[in-house]
Amino acid sequence: MSKPQPTMRTALGKVRGLGSAKHGAGHFIAQRVTAIALVVLVPLFLITLINAVRGGYDGALAYVADPFNAVLILLAIGAALYHMRLGMQVVVEDYIAKHGTKAVLLILNTFICVVLFAAAAYAVLKVAIA
Amino acid sequence: MSSWTDKRPMSPHVQVWKWHLTMASSILHRVTGVGNYIGIVLVIAWLFATAVGPDLYEPLAGLIGSIWGQLILFGFTLSVCYHLLNGLRHLVMDAGAGLNPKFAGFTAGLAIVLAAVLAVAIWYLAGLVPGVDPLNMTGAAS
Repeated sequence: MSKPQPTMRTALGKVRGLGSAKHGAGHFIAQRVTAIALVVLVPLFLITLINAVRGGYDGALAYVADPFNAVLILLAIGAALYHMRLGMQVVVEDYIAKHGTKAVLLILNTFICVVLFAAAAYAVLKVAIA
Repeated sequence: MSSWTDKRPMSPHVQVWKWHLTMASSILHRVTGVGNYIGIVLVIAWLFATAVGPDLYEPLAGLIGSIWGQLILFGFTLSVCYHLLNGLRHLVMDAGAGLNPKFAGFTAGLAIVLAAVLAVAIWYLAGLVPGVDPLNMTGAAS
């Protein structure tokens, strides 16, 4: 890109680096970065999880108590919740035109993801550290 | 319909648009994304029940072990497999590759077929299909 490209963006717009959505490419990039993480984390999580479910309650306890599994679970669930919050945000923005409803659903989406993460983190830490 | 007053042209609507593979794969990607949103609640409920104790774990395990629980779990497996495979396809396309319509249609179909194969393979190998357990995951005694 040595040649300057013709553009419709103003000089100020270029400096701020933000598009019409007022937050630049941050959402787009975060969605992809979490996706790349999940390509590795989800298969690892699934394979270890399937083994754990076999052993009933004691098997589940032993699975979560293992330090490597505990970190894997937190990483996989953390990345998944972040990724799905971004995804659901786009779904709401696409289909809900009414401003009030949209705002309520976007806030609810954030709350649901944070509550789910708190529950998962509590569960993993309690079993792994106890 | 009646509340729409904007006279400007709208993007093509699904009801008047001929179905093709890339469109189906795009819609499926969104549907499975929402499906995974619901599915992870089950995973976290399982984790939480593990931390709380058998009083919560056993009823939840029973619920997941029921016919409806197994159906939901297989649907979730399918959903995760498709979203993961098509997500990989999206990452490749984001990098600017595989965008030629014919090839994009092929990879869209491939993602759908492979997702179904992968989900069935996971259940088969994990011994989740009743009466079938090739890797002896459940243990010979039980």
